[in-house]
Amino acid sequence: MKKTTNIFLGLCIALAFTSCREDEIIFPSTDVSVAAPRNDGNIQGFYLLNEGNMGMNRASIDVFDYTTGNYTTDIYSERNPSVVKELGDVGNDIKIYGNKVYAVINVSNKVEVIEKWSAKRIKKIDIPNCRYVSFYKDKVYVSSYSGPVAINPNAELGFVAEIDTTSLEIKRKVTVGYQPEQMVVHNGKLYVANSGGYRVPNYDRTVSVIDLETFTEIKKIDVGINLSKMEIDSRGDIYVSSRGDYYNTPSNLFVIDTQTDEKKMQLDIPVSGMCMVEDILYFYSVSWSYLTGSNKVTYGTFDTKTKKIINDKIITDGTDKQIIIPYGLQVNPETKEIYITDAQNYVVTGYIYCFTPEGKLKWKTTAGNIPAHIAFITKK
Amino acid sequence: MYTIKKTFLFILFFLPFILHSQVSNDSLRVLKEVILKAKPYQEVIPVQTLSGKLLENLASHTVADALRYFAGTQIKDYGGLGGLKTVDVRNMGTHHVGVFYDGIQLGNAQNGVTDLGKYSLDDMESLTMYNGQKSEIFQSAKDFAAASTIYLRTKRPVFEGTKKTNVLVRYKTMSINYDDPSFRWEQKLSDNVSMSVSSQYIKSNGQYKFRYKRKNLDGTVAYDTTATRLNSDIEALRIESGIYGKIKNGSWDAKVYYYDSERGAPGAIVENKFSDGFRQFDKNFFTQAFLVKDFTEKYKFQARAKYAYDYTHYIARDTTSVLGEVVTEGAQSDDSYFQQEYYFSGVHLYNIVSNWDVSLSTDFQYNRLNATRKGIQTQFSFPQRYTALFSLASSYRINGFKVLGSVVGTHVQEEVRYNTKAPDKTEFTPALFLGYTPFKDYDFNLRAFAKRIFRMPTFNDLYYTMVGSSTLRPEYMNQFDVGFTYNWPIKNSFVDKISFQADAYYTNTKDKIVAAPTGNLFRWMMTNIGQVKGHGIESVLNIAMHVDNVQLTTNLTYAYTESRDYTKFSGLELSSYGDQIPYTPWHSGSAILNAAYQTWNFNYSFVYVGKRYNGNVNNIKINEVQPWYTHDLAVQKAFTIKTYKLKGAVELNNALNQNYEVIYNYPMPGRTMKFILSIEL
Repeated sequence: MKKTTNIFLGLCIALAFTSCREDEIIFPSTDVSVAAPRNDGNIQGFYLLNEGNMGMNRASIDVFDYTTGNYTTDIYSERNPSVVKELGDVGNDIKIYGNKVYAVINVSNKVEVIEKWSAKRIKKIDIPNCRYVSFYKDKVYVSSYSGPVAINPNAELGFVAEIDTTSLEIKRKVTVGYQPEQMVVHNGKLYVANSGGYRVPNYDRTVSVIDLETFTEIKKIDVGINLSKMEIDSRGDIYVSSRGDYYNTPSNLFVIDTQTDEKKMQLDIPVSGMCMVEDILYFYSVSWSYLTGSNKVTYGTFDTKTKKIINDKIITDGTDKQIIIPYGLQVNPETKEIYITDAQNYVVTGYIYCFTPEGKLKWKTTAGNIPAHIAFITKK
Repeated sequence: MYTIKKTFLFILFFLPFILHSQVSNDSLRVLKEVILKAKPYQEVIPVQTLSGKLLENLASHTVADALRYFAGTQIKDYGGLGGLKTVDVRNMGTHHVGVFYDGIQLGNAQNGVTDLGKYSLDDMESLTMYNGQKSEIFQSAKDFAAASTIYLRTKRPVFEGTKKTNVLVRYKTMSINYDDPSFRWEQKLSDNVSMSVSSQYIKSNGQYKFRYKRKNLDGTVAYDTTATRLNSDIEALRIESGIYGKIKNGSWDAKVYYYDSERGAPGAIVENKFSDGFRQFDKNFFTQAFLVKDFTEKYKFQARAKYAYDYTHYIARDTTSVLGEVVTEGAQSDDSYFQQEYYFSGVHLYNIVSNWDVSLSTDFQYNRLNATRKGIQTQFSFPQRYTALFSLASSYRINGFKVLGSVVGTHVQEEVRYNTKAPDKTEFTPALFLGYTPFKDYDFNLRAFAKRIFRMPTFNDLYYTMVGSSTLRPEYMNQFDVGFTYNWPIKNSFVDKISFQADAYYTNTKDKIVAAPTGNLFRWMMTNIGQVKGHGIESVLNIAMHVDNVQLTTNLTYAYTESRDYTKFSGLELSSYGDQIPYTPWHSGSAILNAAYQTWNFNYSFVYVGKRYNGNVNNIKINEVQPWYTHDLAVQKAFTIKTYKLKGAVELNNALNQNYEVIYNYPMPGRTMKFILSIEL
């Protein structure tokens, strides 16, 4: 009997000491010093949007402050404790315009507008399945996959919404191509890259040209399948990337002439992400190889004046071998420091790397889940 | 002295629960027969059983809910009445659990997932879970071919005295919108043949309240919101019929099962999106037959056959409004899948000498998957799979030893109408089980096993558009276990039975099928890069006793698990390398206390799942998911009015109204009441 009693006692004690629930607290930020403080230049730091895996509601915003050298993860919840369920599900883009930061949160169907310095919510703008943001004069443009309901589940043409920067209300919308992605504005016209990503293998292959006065689509430029990213150079040439079809058609980069609104070049460079600083286009590409069962990762810089590749490396000290999936790329236009994020396997915590203009590692730290989009904060 | 001991035991019983809940469970003074019976003294394999009559009192209504009381199981529960519920044993993954319905495996070649929330406990006789495999060799090759097996056995007709007909009518309702009428009719057709027909209809809007609350670091409330879970409705009809026969030195049975449901498939609750409109329609039909016969003293034979047809239709059609115009909200889909399965098995057992048996099983299975997917323009593969399995097994007993060894050979061939087909596969996987009873005078049994098994990639793994990879290899699972069972000798005590079992195990998953990232977040490639190592301890304590006329039963389980991911990608360690895999608690446990007094029955059950990490994997604070624990109470009373036997029950689930989540962002129901009335004619 004694043995029995002992076992009882043991079990009961074990059960009594297993931990209980505590009050849930908001997600706290964490601070880490990664660089020496500096005060020069007009750029004070940047916001980084971590996309967060779908269904996890873990989109988050990190901030890096040059004046302190501190990298702070996950500031949104702390600065906006009363927002139920925090920033939301799957961030897709972040940009700063004036004194406002616009974070596009795809699955949460909203654009989160926060103050540039405090990161406090100004307003939430409901836009279903929103993707990217762009600006012109006193307007914000947001692309969206959403479209009129059709019998065919993947036949809906997306739209671009026009939002007033003061009232933060949607004023107009214009239908574009299938599953529109990034946009650039030039000469009173909005260029929208249509992917058709829902329509595999019959991708869209056009760039929609929108007249911003009348807010109507005036042209569709045939470019290439599955278009995604867009940059524009100082001469008005638009660079638009194609993701390819992952099988026979590789990823590519095309040039659109905004004088004629025609495709003028196919550069045969695979591009997953890119960033334009002055006349240089920085890019990287990740493509799955069926042969090796792994990804092939390439980096490079491209001279937009000569339309020639300058270098097939961005990282020069071998650090690129540690990066599993480069997912975000941004270059500080003043210092030319290069920021590259590593999304790992999209599920776990990712990293952000900072490289010198020469491509040597300056610092590296952990970010959130799927670190992706960077927006520089300027002092004025 | 006797009374003091009794009181002491009582206090000990309730101590942990009082500590946990801070509520007195005085009303639970009285208990009944064995709810979960561990009977491993006959077995060389760890086994846990939850059986029929006793299942009723548990305040659980689906197989998934009941399996929570087994040590070592984890149920992934997406919440609500229509939500998906899958079982994982020893964190090896739901694909490594074989679920058998009346002796034949429930299959899903498409995605390998069995939704155990769909299977009702109403007509269930017993649930039995084996780690490794059933500890007998007279079974089909499929029974040998899973890392863990769960047997669902439905009720067999039993006729008292001269009765030829049993009819049971039952009605359940809940404190949330819920209607659940069911009936069961059993008929004796002859001395050797009987049949049963049962049916259950469930309709509920599935709406329940959930709450999200967070506090600031200074303790003030940051937000506190209560909302209603939407799109969690269900309407389901189950019709099941069985016929059971006895023949000379054998028996046979056959059954037909049909399930038809429409449900909401509620999604994650995320900021600015508290509802969605995913709908799921299911039609599942199967018919199966089983025969066993001892042809001679030495030679026994079993045969099984099954045909299954499964139809699933998913619709995602969420819409919203922008500037007054109706637009789609997320990606739209409207996909239907049609699966068919044919299965045949023959098992031969030969008794070489009295303590040495050998068996040979040969199984054949055919699966096909067809689909119509509106708006998707890639070619569906239309895969077909032919699987031939055989197993050769032998068991040998000498003195206190029992040895059981088996080897399973599997050959798989596939065909596709479009795209690339997977190459043929042939695999051999062995298992060895040892049992030893060292002392003649004590019911103390030691056991150990080693088992290697694999799971085939599913049709989705191989052929899903843009994601599937036809070159996938099988995923291997190596499992090692040592354990013991001890049954205390009991004489003239108010205690009727005490038994304790404990097992320690090690698992190693190689070539684990995981989705690998590519340059595009929307596109993943299925690969064999995963590697997971796990170990743990499971223990079960069973006590039955009586205090005067009150029968008391208790069952306590505790499991400690570690399961860590050592997957490398392109030779690089992920930031989560070596971390505990998602949704795997280090500590989990359960308790059932049951008391029966004359026509009354009281049941208290408790489930504890400790701290674990969510799908973001890294074992860091922000990914932590809080422990959850629920207290369920049930009271039953039987009446007799004329010749009718009536039974009423009131159940209280999640008595302390804990706002918890099993899966992150999928809130579970709070406190709910259930009322059950049944009449036996």
